[in-house]
Amino acid sequence: MLIRYSEVTPKDLFLNRRKFIAAAGAALTAFPALAGTKLSGVNKSPLSTDEKPTPYEAVTQYNNFYEFGTAKDQPAKLSQEFRTSPWQVSIEGEVAKPKTLDLDAIMKLAPLEERIYRFRCVEAWSMIVPWIGFPLSALIKVAQPTSKAKYVAFTTYYDPKQMPQGRYGGIPFPYVEGLRMDEAMHPLTIISVGLYGETLPNQNGAPLRLIVPWKYGFKSIKSIAKVRFVEKEPPITWSLANPREYGFYSNVNPEVDHPRWSQARERRLGEFGKRETLMFNGYGDQVAKLYSGMDLKKYY
Amino acid sequence: MARKVTKIAVFVLCLAPLVSLSWRFYKDDLGANPIEFLTHATGDWTLRFLLITLAITPVRKLLDQPQLIRFRRMLGLFAFFYGCLHLMTYVWLDQFFDWPGIWKDIAKRPFVTAGFASFVLMVPLAITSTAGWIRRLGGRRWQLLHRLIYVSAAAGVIHYLWLVKSDVRLPLLYGGVVGVLLLYRVLVYAVSTHGKHTRQPARNI
Repeated sequence: MLIRYSEVTPKDLFLNRRKFIAAAGAALTAFPALAGTKLSGVNKSPLSTDEKPTPYEAVTQYNNFYEFGTAKDQPAKLSQEFRTSPWQVSIEGEVAKPKTLDLDAIMKLAPLEERIYRFRCVEAWSMIVPWIGFPLSALIKVAQPTSKAKYVAFTTYYDPKQMPQGRYGGIPFPYVEGLRMDEAMHPLTIISVGLYGETLPNQNGAPLRLIVPWKYGFKSIKSIAKVRFVEKEPPITWSLANPREYGFYSNVNPEVDHPRWSQARERRLGEFGKRETLMFNGYGDQVAKLYSGMDLKKYY
Repeated sequence: MARKVTKIAVFVLCLAPLVSLSWRFYKDDLGANPIEFLTHATGDWTLRFLLITLAITPVRKLLDQPQLIRFRRMLGLFAFFYGCLHLMTYVWLDQFFDWPGIWKDIAKRPFVTAGFASFVLMVPLAITSTAGWIRRLGGRRWQLLHRLIYVSAAAGVIHYLWLVKSDVRLPLLYGGVVGVLLLYRVLVYAVSTHGKHTRQPARNI
C-alpha cells in the first residue's frame, strides 16, 4: 500500500498561504489550482532508490524555476496563481500526425508509478524526490514519430503575464530542452505529474514535467506545453545562454567540472557535509551504454 | 557621553545581521540549504559594509556631517569581520577544511580568486586600522595604503558578478554603487588638481 505522504507532511503552512491568497482575492480565477490533489492507483517501481526522500518542505520550497524568479524561495511564492487547467500539450514535428493532447488524456497514457529518484542540480546540491509519473516512452509511442525523428525537443509554457519575473531571469524564454531519442525512450526517463503522492505543486513544474535522473536538474524541463520531434540536435536554454558552461548532454559527471565550480561533490539537502557525486548520478549501470565511445568531456 | 552612546548604538546595529543569522540558524529557519544561505548572507553583508564604509567620506562632505568620520574605522572593521565569517563559512561549512580543494578553487575559479583577493586586501587595512599604526606609517602613507579598499570593493563586486548564473541585477546594483562612490573621488581629485588656487588637498575631501 502506498504511504500517504500528504498525511505525514505538515501542510498547514501551505493551506494558510492559500487562504491568505484567496482572501486577498488573488486566486479567484476561473480554474482553481489543481496542485496538491491526491493521486490514486499509483504503483511502486523497482527503479526507485531506497534512500530517504528529502522532506516535502525542501522539495517544494527550494526550486529553480526562473519564470517565477531566480531566488530559490520565489517560485513557491510567486507561482501559486499560475493556471494549469485546462492544459494541452502539442505534439508536432516528425510525427505521423501532429496532435494536441489534453492533460486528462496524458494522465491516462500509462499507469502512474512512484519513482523515488536522486535529483542532482548543476549547482552542486541534490535531493531525493518521490516523483509520480509514467515513462516518457508511453507518450512517444502515442506520438508515433517518423524515422526522421532523432531528437525530442520540449518547450515550457511561457506567459509573461503570469510569469512577470521571467524578464529578470537573464535567460531566453520560453525555456527549451531536448533529449536524444534513445535517452528519451530510456525506462528511467519519465513524465512526472506529481510528487509525494499528490499532483505537482506549481513551483515543481505543474502540471507535467520531464525527469531525467542521470542528468543535471535543468534538463528536466517543467510545465511542458510542446513536444516536438526533430532530426537535428535541438537548442537548449542554458546552452543558448552560456554555451561554455552548459552542454546539450549535461549528464551528471563528477569528473567534468562546471567552469566555475567543481562537480566532484554535492550537498544533499538536509545533510551537513558534502557527499561524492556519482557518475551519471548513480544510474551508470542503466545508462552508461547510451554514451559508449563518446568523449564525455567534449559532449558535456 | 552622547557621542559614546551613538557609537555603541552603531556597534550594536552592525551586529544585528549576525544576531539575526545566528538566531535563524538556531531556529532552523534558513531554508532548505542553510549553509548556502549563510554563505550568501555573510557575503552580502561584507559587500554592504564595504559600500557603507566607502560612502562615509562622500556623505560627510556632501551633507556637511564631518563627525561621521568617527564611525568609518568601525564600519570598515565590520566589513572585515563579515568577510571573515564569509570565508569561514566557505572554508569550514562548505569545504570542510579540504585545503587542497580550497587552494584549487582559489587558483582555478576566477570568482573565488576575486573573492579571496577582496578579502586578502582587507587584511592589511584591518591590521593598520589602529591609531598606533597611523602614527607609525604617517598619515600620507597610511591613507595611500587604505586606498586598497577601492580595489577590495571592486574585487568583491566582481566576485559576486562572476558567481551568479544569469540574473545579474544585484551584482550590477552593487557595482553601480561602487562606481558612483569611486567616481566621486575621481571628480574631487580632478577638481582639486585643476583648481589648485583653492589649495584644497584632495585627501581632505
